[in-house]
Amino acid sequence: MMPLAAIGRNGLLLAAFGLITTAGIALTFQGTKDTIAEQERLAQSRALLEIMPADTHSNDMLDHSFPLPSFSDLGLRSQDNGYHALNSRHDTLAVLIPVLARDGYSGDIRVLVGIAADSSIVGVRVLSHNETPGLGDKIDLKKSDWILSFNGKSLTNPILKGWSVKKDGGEFDAFTGATITPRAVTRAVLRALQYFETHRSELLTNNGEANS
Amino acid sequence: MSTPYSELTLNGLWKNNPALVQLLGLCPLLAVTGSVVNALGLGLATLFVLTLSNTAVSLIRHFVTDAIRLPAFVMIIASFTACIELLMKAYAFELYQILGIFIPLIVTNCSILGRADAFACKNPVLPAAYDGFIMGLGFALVLVVIGAIREIIGSATLFDNMQLLFGESAAQWKIVLSDDYPGFLVAILPPGAFLVVGFIIAAKNVVDMQLKRRADTRREKPAPGANRARVTGHIS
Repeated sequence: MMPLAAIGRNGLLLAAFGLITTAGIALTFQGTKDTIAEQERLAQSRALLEIMPADTHSNDMLDHSFPLPSFSDLGLRSQDNGYHALNSRHDTLAVLIPVLARDGYSGDIRVLVGIAADSSIVGVRVLSHNETPGLGDKIDLKKSDWILSFNGKSLTNPILKGWSVKKDGGEFDAFTGATITPRAVTRAVLRALQYFETHRSELLTNNGEANS
Repeated sequence: MSTPYSELTLNGLWKNNPALVQLLGLCPLLAVTGSVVNALGLGLATLFVLTLSNTAVSLIRHFVTDAIRLPAFVMIIASFTACIELLMKAYAFELYQILGIFIPLIVTNCSILGRADAFACKNPVLPAAYDGFIMGLGFALVLVVIGAIREIIGSATLFDNMQLLFGESAAQWKIVLSDDYPGFLVAILPPGAFLVVGFIIAAKNVVDMQLKRRADTRREKPAPGANRARVTGHIS
């Protein structure tokens, strides 16, 4: 009956190993949990604050998030939140909405669009992308300031015909060697603007108490 | 069977380098070496996991029966990797976002299980820990060298974004070699990594061959005064 005994012994040994290693991970998790949550929050608010710098509004935008109505209009694959930037009287200054461009060159491009109450764009930032380094990645502010060309634009400036890249007869630059990427981002920004117009009242009035 | 530390060092860094000779862990090696900071990040993470796992494996080497040694080793490596991932997320969040999926993949880096099974489980703690450290260092060094070459050729910068790893003050470490460099895409994309690794291995082989030839000629050089004698063996 040697094999049976050996199996039992080995099984117990492995189980002990499992317990010890899992305990190690659990301890590390407990120790780092708060820091990680803090870091994730910081990373998120960094993106928001790039569009709406801290001195332009008086709330913590992360506390004023709201679920986006009919999110699939924005190309989003799952329910996501938008954010409100409020002034000290709790009026909505701007709404920050995530948009997903699914027609990029490689994979989804996640874009955050800030739209002011007067329907003009406060700012646009690319949150994540997998575009070709050196070509398509110029949509990233770290690589080029192309993304700033959307600032101040709206559905009437330029008119709908101008809302595409120059190569397609529009008003926005495309990069040499990469048209697909800026085209996708431009379309995504336009989609955000149209979404804002459609849900305008819903998006602007949604600024109740801070939710946490 | 104890191996002297000097030989362990030579093995890890040169003779049996995990990246250049054993050719283990190539997937992360090729994927993250687009810049020095990415390479260094993954190199350090691998170094930590390798040192810790070698130490732990050596500590338990007398308890583990042969039948369950591999699952036990993998469990140890996986838990250390999970811990490193959590720590990185907590203290180097942006780097974690860049390296992303390659941190969990450290578990599957064959050089770690390889060292555990080939060395750590047969040696006392100190040599095992040292072997893990020096092997990890050899891996990390190759990663950084590839990262530096790719960063220079690809975008004419060096040490860009080091603040992700070393805090804000490191942002000034960036060296720009040319201001209007158009960028060389092949170096940044994965094929560039293959090419660079190939060239580095080739260079290592050339150096090894030179060393060998020099050693050979030294050995064959007849002792002075023995020129005219018929010598069959080596005089030394």
